[in-house]
Amino acid sequence: MNGKKSFGGGRGKSATGAQGKDGQRRPMFRRRKVCKFCSDKIDDINYKDVKLLMPFVPERAKILPRRISGTCALHQRKLRTALMRARQLALIPYTAE
Amino acid sequence: MNRKYELVYVVSPEATDEQVTELHTQVESIVQRMNGTLEKSENWGRRKLAYEIGRHKEGTYVLEVIVGGGDLMKEIDRRLKVSDLIIRHLAVRVDEEQGVIERTRERRTETSRRRRVARGLPADRQPGEGQRGEPDDDRDDRFDIGAEDMR
Repeated sequence: MNGKKSFGGGRGKSATGAQGKDGQRRPMFRRRKVCKFCSDKIDDINYKDVKLLMPFVPERAKILPRRISGTCALHQRKLRTALMRARQLALIPYTAE
Repeated sequence: MNRKYELVYVVSPEATDEQVTELHTQVESIVQRMNGTLEKSENWGRRKLAYEIGRHKEGTYVLEVIVGGGDLMKEIDRRLKVSDLIIRHLAVRVDEEQGVIERTRERRTETSRRRRVARGLPADRQPGEGQRGEPDDDRDDRFDIGAEDMR
């Protein structure tokens, strides 16, 4: 894994040809991200379930974007409402100090 | 009017157990007075708050599931706002969402059963069946690797 490669579209196919400066092609393999809630068949994204929500709250306490987590649009929307409700109840921080 | 609401309130850590139960009975009496029913009541106990709320660092969480009308919730909301002991509360209507969740779950099991029967398998999953999980590649799940690109 090289740290410099930027995250392109998170939803794209996993194999993308990266063009080096010398025009050399080398295949980059990135496993395609899948939505956690779709694959685990979690229907209920609940604001009370802090354990479920915590992986989507990085250290800065921002909501993890879809392009990184790979969550599908529907579930990202539900996740957002759940996270915002949990924030109101101080189950999850708004910011990291 | 039969709507289902979930009410969570955070009681100040200085409150004694009696005061917490008293708040609960207060809520209960309002619910009963306004023709609602209290379906469930749960005390999560003392929890650390994710951030300070007016010098408080922890609080006692109480969950109540209430069936009733909007005016009932309005009254409860007003009462909770006035109370000094309650540092935070949230009421959410849940009946519609729960219906949606139930329907999707039902639909999913139904389609899976139909497909399995079409493939000539028993309708329900047998124990020990299914793909074995891939070896975990947790580096892929890490969000901090690409942190410099997040901005």
